[in-house]
Amino acid sequence: MQKEPAVSADQMLAFETDCHLFSGCGFEAPGLHSFVFEPMFSIGGFDFNKPILLALVGTLAIVWFFWAAFSRPKVVPGKLQMIGEAGYDFIRRGVVYETIGKKEGEKYVPLVVALFFFVWVMNLWSVIPLAQFPVTSIFSIPLGLALLVYLVWVPLTFKRHGFVGAFKNFTGYDPSLPGGVRPLVMVIEFFSNLLVRPFTHAVRLFANMFAGHMLLVLFTIATWYMLNGIGIAYSAVSFVMTIVMVAFELFIQLIQAYVFVLLTCTYIQGALAEEH
Amino acid sequence: MNALVNMAETEVPQNPLIPPIPELVIGLIAFAIVFFFLWKKLLPSINRVLEERREAIEGGIEKAEAAQQEAADVLQQYKDQLAEARHEAARLRAEAQEQGAALIAEMRAEGQRQREEIIAAGHAQVEADRKQAAATLRQDVGKLATDLAGKLVGESLEDHARQSRVIDRFLDGLEEAAEADASGAAR
Repeated sequence: MQKEPAVSADQMLAFETDCHLFSGCGFEAPGLHSFVFEPMFSIGGFDFNKPILLALVGTLAIVWFFWAAFSRPKVVPGKLQMIGEAGYDFIRRGVVYETIGKKEGEKYVPLVVALFFFVWVMNLWSVIPLAQFPVTSIFSIPLGLALLVYLVWVPLTFKRHGFVGAFKNFTGYDPSLPGGVRPLVMVIEFFSNLLVRPFTHAVRLFANMFAGHMLLVLFTIATWYMLNGIGIAYSAVSFVMTIVMVAFELFIQLIQAYVFVLLTCTYIQGALAEEH
Repeated sequence: MNALVNMAETEVPQNPLIPPIPELVIGLIAFAIVFFFLWKKLLPSINRVLEERREAIEGGIEKAEAAQQEAADVLQQYKDQLAEARHEAARLRAEAQEQGAALIAEMRAEGQRQREEIIAAGHAQVEADRKQAAATLRQDVGKLATDLAGKLVGESLEDHARQSRVIDRFLDGLEEAAEADASGAAR
């Protein structure tokens, strides 16, 4: 693992290699520092580090895959095209058409498809050997995407309903509510929809990937740390847990990418919906 | 000590929820690249092919449906024609039978009529002949009798009415005798 030329040992390993149980060395638990990387190089004030490298490589990988699959498509598809089509169709039909509808949703298909595969691949880095770091556990990435989505659906609400209509939409204005409760509901809805929503949208993805990475690092470090004397038995348990967690993370990565785009579609659908 | 751990110990790790702006920008640029390629080039390209495929499949189905429809139409047409032909044949047969029966009946009636005509004509002829013969005979017999009577009596019977009455009486007597003869012969 240390042979990777572009990335130094500091970038690769989140713990010390010569520290073991019964060797008078304490266990270095993973923590926030597991998510901080030394810059490989700096341009101006900007530090180019491992998450950024992974983000760029992941971007290239997505573009490469879809280029190979879709740039010269055939009516009778090849293997790569078939896989790409399956993924594309899953998002288009299973998410966009299901929530927004075919007529209104068609416009948002590219955005949602790009979002899904971007988030998924950035999640996927978590279990890819040598990389093993989910880019989405750096809060900037999900936050940027959530803000982008926010900038899609908020102007859309204004465009669709006008200023008053948009205000009613944001505040969940409902004349059937009793007069005393109505202002309260409107204040809560306003905060919930307009202020908290982008934050929860981003944090949901970030926190899942953050916690997942923490668990993987924990079991990996523990496996190595306990690999001494009787500790080998514990180490084996920890190793099995590492494998189990990798499988679990694969599942969570997909689910979180799916949830992220599903929420995106729900927000857009809410912006398009008639007043209720 | 690992440099990473060093750093972790020397610096207080920043709050993970405070995003560094450069990462935010890089992340968005990365996403923009993916989005741009998919939006402008790759999804339109695959959509075109998906549409083509859908048309190809639906076109095939439509063609098959059209062929099936045509076959069904032809079959129906054939059946209709067959039924029509059968119907026509039955109709012709019935018509022919009817015509034949009518013809026979007509011919029979015609024959009957002709026969009766002939018989009636024969009867009429016979009657006319008989009447003529009777009239001729009556004249001739009357003349002969008068002549004979004139010769015998030597004088002409002057009274025409009387003469006629006498002759008639005579002839009636003759007829009665002849009838009596005829009935006797028949007996």
